[in-house]
Amino acid sequence: MQSFNYAKPASLADAAAALAKAEDGTLLAGGQTLLPTMKARLAAPSDLVDLAGIAELKGISVSGGTVTIGAMTRHADVAGSAEVKGAIPALAALAGGIGDQAVRNRGTIGGSVANNDPAADYPAAVLGLGATVRTNSRSIAADDFFTGLFDTALNAGEIVTAVSFPVPQKAAYVKFPNPASRYAMVGVFVAKTASGVRVAVTGAGNGGVFRVPAYEAALAANFSPSAIADGVISAADMNSDLHADAEYRAHLVAVMARRAVAAAG
Amino acid sequence: MPTVSMTVNGQTVSAEVDGRTLLVEFIREHLALTGTHVGCDTSQCGACVVHVNGEAAKSCTMLAVQANGASVTTIEGLSEGDDLHPMQAAFKDNHGLQCGFCTPGMIMSAVDLAKRNPNPTEAEIRKGLEGNICRCTGYHNIVKAVAQGAAGMRG
Repeated sequence: MQSFNYAKPASLADAAAALAKAEDGTLLAGGQTLLPTMKARLAAPSDLVDLAGIAELKGISVSGGTVTIGAMTRHADVAGSAEVKGAIPALAALAGGIGDQAVRNRGTIGGSVANNDPAADYPAAVLGLGATVRTNSRSIAADDFFTGLFDTALNAGEIVTAVSFPVPQKAAYVKFPNPASRYAMVGVFVAKTASGVRVAVTGAGNGGVFRVPAYEAALAANFSPSAIADGVISAADMNSDLHADAEYRAHLVAVMARRAVAAAG
Repeated sequence: MPTVSMTVNGQTVSAEVDGRTLLVEFIREHLALTGTHVGCDTSQCGACVVHVNGEAAKSCTMLAVQANGASVTTIEGLSEGDDLHPMQAAFKDNHGLQCGFCTPGMIMSAVDLAKRNPNPTEAEIRKGLEGNICRCTGYHNIVKAVAQGAAGMRG
């Protein structure tokens, strides 16, 4: 790991100021991705601005059909939250399946969505539920937020403060985890809402998380696994690596999607 | 260099460290508590698991400065006096180890699991230990040990 300056501001304004004056600064949330990346010298920020001291970034609230989760809320907190389990059980279950317990005790939702790892779980929930990403300067719709591999609509210096999830009628997330890392080789989030069905896929696409309009249309007409039984996904845009080739990932998308619809009930 | 202060196994410790010092490096190299191991150094294997404010964390994937002000428990701080903690005793009774390299992290994760779920099923134990890798035992006796250790912690 290369050396860096460390700051732990107590307010969002101080964090933004610390980041602005840094030569090549980075925000530190739970560190479960950033620190391994820095250890591998794939990242070498001049400054780390630790968000752990900012109380307003933590916590979960449910009101008016919306679940809002502060950016520094840990996966373990979301997984164990009675409020999240009551409002969107699929979201609590997704958080409880990220990494392992020790990782869930450190990793945060804000860090996950800002990093936009193509195999991370949270982007599937954010896109699948049509959530809104809140930052220190604006609100960004999920459909506009994820722009490519490890790439988002966030501007330089912009800080994710919370993610707001509309409560769906029903939803489920099913993933085929890599047995070593527990990252999704393919994960599919399906949500049925008053305004239609959304299907979001993580782990599979070579451009990161994506929606499947053909599945959404079929499921809007008939919300059952049989509605997408013939729904072949093209392998052309799938990721291919030593864990699974593109054809296998395309196959898994269809299988995981049917399982998610069945699990949503 | 930043100064870090924390409570480790009940003792207050304070030191000036390079900001990039990992918590596990602080524990092993500054405090000479070498029971916490470094296996993969990539947050996969769990040999470095300690408790930070009572919860399992991979100390190879945490900076010492992030633990500033925290209460940290390592494998050395688990037992009281010469009596083994019930989870340590259970690993001994059930031969839940062979080479022993993974054991400190395995036990710290198991104690964390049993605190959250005092009476775990075999499946819950296996899922709860997903972040701890053992290359010797095939896990069977570890799972038995965790069940007994959890029972011992229930008292």
